[in-house]
Amino acid sequence: MNPLWLSHFTATSSIGCGRNQTLDALRQRRAGLAPCAFDTVDLPTFIGEVAGVDAVQIPAHLAKFDCRNNRLALLCLLQDGFVEAVRAASAKYGAQRIGVFLGTSTSGILQTELAYRRRDPVTGALPADFIYRTTHNTFSVADFTRHYFGLTGPAVVVSSACSSSAKVFSSARRMLAAGLIDAAVVGGVDSLCLTTLYGFNSLGLISEQACRPFDAQRNGISIGEAAAFALLERVPENPDADAVLLLGIGESSDAYHMSSPHPDGLGARMAMQDALKMAGLHPAEIDYINLHGTATQSNDAAEGKAVAAVFGPSTPCSSTKGATGHTLGAAGGVEAVICALALQHGLLPAGINTQQLDSTMELDYVLDNREQPLARVLSNSFGFGGTNCSLIFGRADTL
Amino acid sequence: MKLTAYIEGIGLLGPGLSDWPSSQAILGGRQPYQSHKTILPTPALLPAAERRRSGAIVKLTLATGLEAIAAAGLNAADLPSVFSSSGGDGENCHAICEMLASDDRQISPTRFHNSVHNAAAGYWSIATGAMTSSSVLCAFDACFGAGLLEALTQVVVDDTRSVLLACDTAYPEPLHSVRPIPDAFGIALVLAPQRSAQALAQITVSLTDASADQLDDAALENLRSAIPAARGLPLLRAIALRQEQRVVLDYLDSPRLAVAITLC
Repeated sequence: MNPLWLSHFTATSSIGCGRNQTLDALRQRRAGLAPCAFDTVDLPTFIGEVAGVDAVQIPAHLAKFDCRNNRLALLCLLQDGFVEAVRAASAKYGAQRIGVFLGTSTSGILQTELAYRRRDPVTGALPADFIYRTTHNTFSVADFTRHYFGLTGPAVVVSSACSSSAKVFSSARRMLAAGLIDAAVVGGVDSLCLTTLYGFNSLGLISEQACRPFDAQRNGISIGEAAAFALLERVPENPDADAVLLLGIGESSDAYHMSSPHPDGLGARMAMQDALKMAGLHPAEIDYINLHGTATQSNDAAEGKAVAAVFGPSTPCSSTKGATGHTLGAAGGVEAVICALALQHGLLPAGINTQQLDSTMELDYVLDNREQPLARVLSNSFGFGGTNCSLIFGRADTL
Repeated sequence: MKLTAYIEGIGLLGPGLSDWPSSQAILGGRQPYQSHKTILPTPALLPAAERRRSGAIVKLTLATGLEAIAAAGLNAADLPSVFSSSGGDGENCHAICEMLASDDRQISPTRFHNSVHNAAAGYWSIATGAMTSSSVLCAFDACFGAGLLEALTQVVVDDTRSVLLACDTAYPEPLHSVRPIPDAFGIALVLAPQRSAQALAQITVSLTDASADQLDDAALENLRSAIPAARGLPLLRAIALRQEQRVVLDYLDSPRLAVAITLC
């Protein structure tokens, strides 16, 4: 593929709003996980809740989009000059030449969960103030973003569970290569809701502690919420040395089980190999892998096997979900931003919470931050239904 | 910018439309359209456990996708796929929201894994053995157009065949009142970058600000406007009529999709 330029990017999760707070948290090994006190949830688990989401005010002319997911989207958009960057791109290329490709798994379903508590006792009808289209519907966050910026190019939500906001890069890449657009707003937004908390609980997949990816005693995920955005453009003639480029994407399906990964990580392996192939890189040219690393027994075991099969035991890798929690449909986007920060700042972020590494894994799992130059990194995102996506990012000065 | 591909196979299932061969006379106006509830076949290809757990969206996706791929004489396991739905499994969503609003919030694991928007894509890969990439999309009422664009960019940019599966299912009350999708409807298209012996038509798609075409038959037009996946019907009607023409398909408020159709 022709590399693409992440000309601007930002992320907001439980570890911080925007790039500076996110980088500080990674440097200080600070987690955003805390015992769950969300809404009326009565589960003994840790979650990664973003502070201040309830206080975000959706502009009056977009009031019909008001829900937790779109508030989180807006909170994130307002960081790091991202709004100004999109407006400048819109002026440069034309509003019709910018696409919107966002990932989410549950969108604004919390709005419907709350509305179901207020059904008419006689008719069963939902309350009159409930607006399905612009809150709950899976497309809502892309529709909101499009309207917020007045963009009129192609727009879509990718919703393939926990690979969603990695796969948006693939849709945007094709749309750019086809010449339909000149820039793309990509990213992901997923917010806390009861469906995922009680749903993962039903599968026995949530931990009672803060999650411990790749720990021998790991026992499940900590659910988090987050948003991440990047503006993708074609690479300029003379990019800055530390410009972050998307170099390759690999996608596959497990064809195995709805909620368990292929035990040998076959689909994961294919995704990583395809990303390397698209980027024209050898495994040894990857300096760091941001693992999917959810901290369930089966996910980490399968991913560990897949990484070892492709890269051998010596490529440094870690999961940052010990810090952010598993932000589901936003995870790919958040971890893309973490990879971009790692490349620009020469930081190899440690996996935190992990006490004793699973000794069955033949990996260089990073438990302490390493400060060293990084040229190219790979990020894994895998999801329910056996959907896999690997992204490779690199610095412009190492092309 | 224009995107060109060849349609090699069509799958169709909806109220009063039981497959593509038998629907051509109806869409072409040679037989009257009589709406009746969509009949969803049992997905024989799924292992028994998955078959028991599969909802309407899974059955609809498998039926239309397999029809299109069989017509094209291809193997589903080889094809990248694009799944586009305006909202996924409404019955399942209702059941979950009802439980979460009750005193007993212990939803079942099956309910939960069926709640993901990519449930149909997951069951599809299990049923067909396809380890290929799949794009799973939502664009509310624009889902047919969004899916078609995504599949076309796969075909054109990655020089590969792709199968588009655009499917919607009914929403039960009380969701039906806020999202009145009346029944299950799906269109599947196998798209190819080069012309082959099985090609039915060449399509060239571009973005336009023109209004979407409507269907002359009032009942079919009602279907087109009521179910997002059915917004592709003007394309199928032109192929059924064996007419070389330009149709405009609904997509976003702006743009829409202009489709120039050349028969093969």
